[in-house]
Amino acid sequence: MSERHPAAISFQDVSKSYGGGRKALDRVSLDVAEREFLAVVGPSGSGKTTLLRLINRLAEADSGAVRVEGEDVRAADPVVLRRRIGYVFQGIGLFPHMTVAQNIAITPKLLGWGETRIAARVDELIELVRLERAAHRDRLPAQLSGGERQRVGVARAIAAGPKIVLMDEPFGALDPLTRDALSEDYRRLHDKLGLTTVMITHDTLEAVLLADRIAVIREGRMIAQGTPRQMLSAEQDEYVRKLMATPQRQAGRLQALLDERGGA
Amino acid sequence: MHPQIADALARLPDYLGGHIAVSLTALALGLAVSLPLALLSVHRPRLRGTLLGFASVVQTIPGLALLALFYPLLLGIAALTERAFGTGFSALGFLPSVLALALYSMLPVLRNTITGLDGVDPDVRQAALGVGMTPRQSLFMVELPLALPVIMAGIRTAAVWVIGTATLSTPIGQTSLGNYIFTGLQTQNWVFVLFGCAAAAVLALAVDQLLSLMESGLGARNARRVTAGTLGLVLIAAAALAPGLSKASATYVIGTKTFTEQYILASLIEARLRDSGLTARRREGLGSSVIFDALRAGEIDVYVDYSGTIWANQLGRTDIMPRADIIAEIAKTLRARDGIVVLGGLGFENAYALAMAARRAQTLGIRSIADLGKHAPQLSIAGDYEFFARPEWDAIRKAYGLNFREQRQMQPEFMYGAVASGQVDVISAYTSDGRIALHNLTVLDDPRRVIPPYDAILLISPKRANDAALIAALRPLIDAIDVDMMRQASARAVMGDGNSSASPDQAAIWLWGEIQKKR
Repeated sequence: MSERHPAAISFQDVSKSYGGGRKALDRVSLDVAEREFLAVVGPSGSGKTTLLRLINRLAEADSGAVRVEGEDVRAADPVVLRRRIGYVFQGIGLFPHMTVAQNIAITPKLLGWGETRIAARVDELIELVRLERAAHRDRLPAQLSGGERQRVGVARAIAAGPKIVLMDEPFGALDPLTRDALSEDYRRLHDKLGLTTVMITHDTLEAVLLADRIAVIREGRMIAQGTPRQMLSAEQDEYVRKLMATPQRQAGRLQALLDERGGA
Repeated sequence: MHPQIADALARLPDYLGGHIAVSLTALALGLAVSLPLALLSVHRPRLRGTLLGFASVVQTIPGLALLALFYPLLLGIAALTERAFGTGFSALGFLPSVLALALYSMLPVLRNTITGLDGVDPDVRQAALGVGMTPRQSLFMVELPLALPVIMAGIRTAAVWVIGTATLSTPIGQTSLGNYIFTGLQTQNWVFVLFGCAAAAVLALAVDQLLSLMESGLGARNARRVTAGTLGLVLIAAAALAPGLSKASATYVIGTKTFTEQYILASLIEARLRDSGLTARRREGLGSSVIFDALRAGEIDVYVDYSGTIWANQLGRTDIMPRADIIAEIAKTLRARDGIVVLGGLGFENAYALAMAARRAQTLGIRSIADLGKHAPQLSIAGDYEFFARPEWDAIRKAYGLNFREQRQMQPEFMYGAVASGQVDVISAYTSDGRIALHNLTVLDDPRRVIPPYDAILLISPKRANDAALIAALRPLIDAIDVDMMRQASARAVMGDGNSSASPDQAAIWLWGEIQKKR
């Protein structure tokens, strides 16, 4: 088991329902340690995105408490809170009328940084996410490939130096090669910058390979959490077992295919 | 150069200047009101429904009616402020035009701004909040820039509408390119009509293109294009102000209604004032409902009206008295009630009369309105826009038991041609109109004396009631013009006389010559 730090984010008995009485989250409790990489997995509509949005108050809890670095978010100014938490959006989420540099610079600009400091920071980030300054800096999002766009999304999220980064299925729409490269690159950044990351994914394999810990949500309930190893081995409920078995089953089928070809 | 084109060009600075001033002011006012309202209503569905509903209703009011409605409204408000603060304001011309046109510009701006902001991708709006923007920052940094093309399309639509509709501000006393169109239609000067339409179209296109340049500049963050577009608009606005500055201010304002005879008489009056060393300018093409109120309020100083019109509309009378008695009665009442001075009759009548093509009347054996009764169910009649709503039409119909097969409204210019060519059988003609002789029409007698007399009378505003210089200058016109002279002058204004070109000013010069010969 990895070394545990004090909780950067904590959920305590948090419930949230939308109109119609359907519960998006039902008494969820969860701690995310400092410098931890947590992957949240579960089927579509299970409440994953709601969980993420409660952290930076894009949504408000009905009951229970959400704390960020020990402070109840209800006591925080949502705008200030969001400026110190990075957020990588599902799909594109870049501002289509702003260049790459302007997109990356947005949160520092909102925080009132000086122009030279912003310019230097933008250049630094473009390199950090492995884009090319000359080729990409002044392009509009529409002129970039999907992978490049999401690299800009990551750069924008970490531009103002947040300690916490929230990612909502960040690599879901990318082709497998790009996705692989990007997720590895991000994990490296996470370690290098000492971030606390909560990433939503519906790809169990991605969760297993990237995360320090995995939480499984189903119908608004937290049904399991633990390290990848724990999740793969321990006695779990039926759904979790099936879910966690997927990567192994796929690997097994792949192996079988390879054997068949080799035998032929 | 063709004299009518030269005449049109000479008027261009004044008309174009007035047109630009009124339409750009209206557009600026419309934007200043609509844009903030649209922003306010983005997240307020009820306000937004109300606003769009209101703007849509305004849009369904015909432009001419909307403009005309503002005149009595402002006149009332002006009277109130006069009473409350001791100072009124001019309810004629610029102000009502600007207000009505600004209202007219609201729908495209409101609708496009709201639609444009609605069309912003919700994911992008979420992202704006997510990176830490306040709702206000999100609006100005993300939503408005993204909605800009749609908003600008609305502004451009509004600009084209306002510039086009501003031609209709002429009848409420605002000088505009519409002066060409209204004057041209009345005097059958098609060069004027085309000139007015073309000038309005060119102006609308120019403004549209400049706005388009600004839009593309804003979209591409190209400061030079934005500056060029802005500069172009500023230059157009400056061009509007320039003639206004150089124009000498005139002491007296002469009003005219919207037909040829009125243009000729106004030109004649202006020449008399000039001969007496007074300065004057004309406010042409005023609606006949506007012009009397304008005189009473002192917006204009002098104009020619007709006794039968005042008798029915101002005094509310339907009884018939001898010509001279009616003028005397009107003079007494207007003086006592409004302080308006009736200087006297000009000597001719411009009465409503029913007229037919001479040959057709002969074939049917019709000489008077009484003869018309038994034929009416097989015949059609055309009248000007007022005629069928006037009390004398009611009186004629009742007295002679007329019941026509068909009843049509027409622009007076087309009425005479229509009856001459047999498209209609009877028209409501004007007795002093030169076109009666021109088209060989028969004016039907009125044996029961149902149609009131329509003496042309000279009215002077209350504030000029004791202006000796003005009254002395106008005296020579009293009882000086007989109906035959007026008919000839009207014909000359439309057809010319072979030597001089056709224009109301030329006809007025000829008329003054005849008046002096008669003495």
